[in-house]
Amino acid sequence: MMANKTLQNVMEAKVAQGEKAFVAYIMAGDGGLDALREQILFLQEAGVTAIELGIPFTDPVADGPVIQEAGLRALATGANLRAILKTISSFKEEIQIPLVVMTYLNPIIAFGIEDFVQACEQSGISGLIIPDLPLEEATLISDELQGTDIALVQLVSLTSPQQRIEKIAKAAEGFIYAVTVNGITGVRQGFTEQLEQHLSNLKKVSQIPVLAGFGISNAQQVEEISAMVDGVIVGSAIVQAFHEGHKEKINELLNKQPV
Amino acid sequence: MVKATEQNQAGRYGKFGGQYVPETLMTALIELEDAYKEAQQDPAFYEELNYYLKDYVGRENPLYFAKRLTKKLGGAKIYLKREDLNHTGAHKINNALGQALLAMRMGKKKVVAETGAGQHGVATATVCALFDLECIIFMGKEDVRRQALNVFRMELLGATVVSVDQGSGTLKDAVNEALRYWVSNVEDTHYILGSALGPHPFPQIVRDFQRIIGIETRKQIIEKEGRLPDAIVACIGGGSNAIGMFHPFIDDEDVKLYGVEAAGSGIDTGLHAAAIADEKEGVLHGAYMYVLQDDNGFIQEAHSISAGLDYPAVGPEHCYLHDIGRVKYEAVTDQEALDGLQLLSRAEGIIPALESSHAIYYAANLAKEMSEDEILVICLSGRGDKDVQTVRDALGGNYDGK
Ligand SMILES: Cc1ncc(COP(=O)(O)O)c(C=O)c1O
Repeated sequence: MMANKTLQNVMEAKVAQGEKAFVAYIMAGDGGLDALREQILFLQEAGVTAIELGIPFTDPVADGPVIQEAGLRALATGANLRAILKTISSFKEEIQIPLVVMTYLNPIIAFGIEDFVQACEQSGISGLIIPDLPLEEATLISDELQGTDIALVQLVSLTSPQQRIEKIAKAAEGFIYAVTVNGITGVRQGFTEQLEQHLSNLKKVSQIPVLAGFGISNAQQVEEISAMVDGVIVGSAIVQAFHEGHKEKINELLNKQPV
Repeated sequence: MVKATEQNQAGRYGKFGGQYVPETLMTALIELEDAYKEAQQDPAFYEELNYYLKDYVGRENPLYFAKRLTKKLGGAKIYLKREDLNHTGAHKINNALGQALLAMRMGKKKVVAETGAGQHGVATATVCALFDLECIIFMGKEDVRRQALNVFRMELLGATVVSVDQGSGTLKDAVNEALRYWVSNVEDTHYILGSALGPHPFPQIVRDFQRIIGIETRKQIIEKEGRLPDAIVACIGGGSNAIGMFHPFIDDEDVKLYGVEAAGSGIDTGLHAAAIADEKEGVLHGAYMYVLQDDNGFIQEAHSISAGLDYPAVGPEHCYLHDIGRVKYEAVTDQEALDGLQLLSRAEGIIPALESSHAIYYAANLAKEMSEDEILVICLSGRGDKDVQTVRDALGGNYDGK
């Protein structure tokens, strides 16, 4: 048995302490690449467990309006996968929490998969989330990740049938990303009634921590959903807070966690 | 023998194709694949499909000998496969009809679709009216402008048309929004994808429903000429009319096949939609294909005078047919397509769609190089009524373009 990867160890340690994980999503390059260091260090200081680093893309089919617009702003500043990883590597010594890159597949293919993985290693990246890479196609990337400390995070959706959930859970590393809505990223008023049952089933099936994300956008939702799983991923609300210059809202999201 | 029909279970055509979609859609794709496999075993499904193809769409449509055009060009005998005579005016209805019947088999009462030229949107809105399905169509803002009459047509048919202003406001952006909508409504909605694109099993399903074009052509040319054609030409947007026409001829290696992409303002201007000519591999909308993109993997906007060819990729099976050299892919500019449109209008009294005009222009040059006893078939994928305004603008309101 290979040793677990850092991302998973960090999540498991959090669970072992009886705490909930909080992963913050940011759109790299929103506000310019120069802002990236400050954003990451701010979140680290605020106490997030890990950071999901969104890479802007021209055709983000899994994203709602808030992240789409942040992506367009980032693209306009010239941000791209190569430049973002290079920027990260310039201050990686200051980063103590795991960074998880969230990118659509095509920028990776254009980079060259091998070169991309190498660049991730050089920038100290701990995980990858690729929303358009389902289990069926995962070996394209996972083969290249063998022997690295980079985890390929798998997503499970509300539409995934039981058998499929079990298959995904078996292949998962780092943590399982439980998509909480049928839909795209973005701010949501509420969640379906089946969500609680879906998440508790997922917790039972999974050997590794389960984090829920998509649509979690206020402190009350953070608290409610965290209680059902091992932690949450918050995207649009954080992207919006940075964009509007209301960093205090991020602290609010974090402070309400049940600890 | 070339085995273009072979694909492994993950929907691969050589290295192309696949299923690069969010997990939320995987179950719907697997369900669709199962439903399609089941339908393929059910004679009643094809009985119903064939009934509507005949009595509603008006198939079979003619394979017309274009005598004056042939004479004018002085080369190969030219035949036109008249998809323009289908109900709603293009080949798109063949696929929309088949997929609507599939949707009903799956118990889905709602349909979402994207459209570029509006032809697929009109075809989808039409079959939804026919079968009482709820219909929502995403269309790029730029295309809504270019194809205003088709928007109204869809609304008359009872569809809701949503204008998409993200990105370039063309077909790729409409597909993005249609996919987002499908992810959010996947449990009761079927996505009728309009070309031989997208994640498996769409490229296969769309091809199979469009194969009727090639199957009829094969039968008709044998009736008329007692033999197969020497060459077949079709235009390529996502590639559905072309793959439908080509597929029944793939194993006949003496039949030369030509796919014509849109070269827009010219390949060297960078303003075009010729993804195969560009030969950059990547993933867009669920499939591994040739995709117009920059060095960062950002998808580039396609450019073409014809909304239906304005897409930055080409379906996976065409990419494979290019790689193995079975089909020759060429590109024709906006200006040349306008010439092709005028040529056919005057020579035969048939105003072709701007999309089809790309094939006509290329075929006209090809015919001249062929001998009089050779046979050339053009897939006339649609009629030009929808484009009259665009053509008028492009020609400055002057029919001769002078
Ligand atoms: C008349 C016509 N021909 C061709 C096309 C291009 O699509 P495809 O390549 O899928 O046949 C379109 C698309 O809208 C069309 O309307």
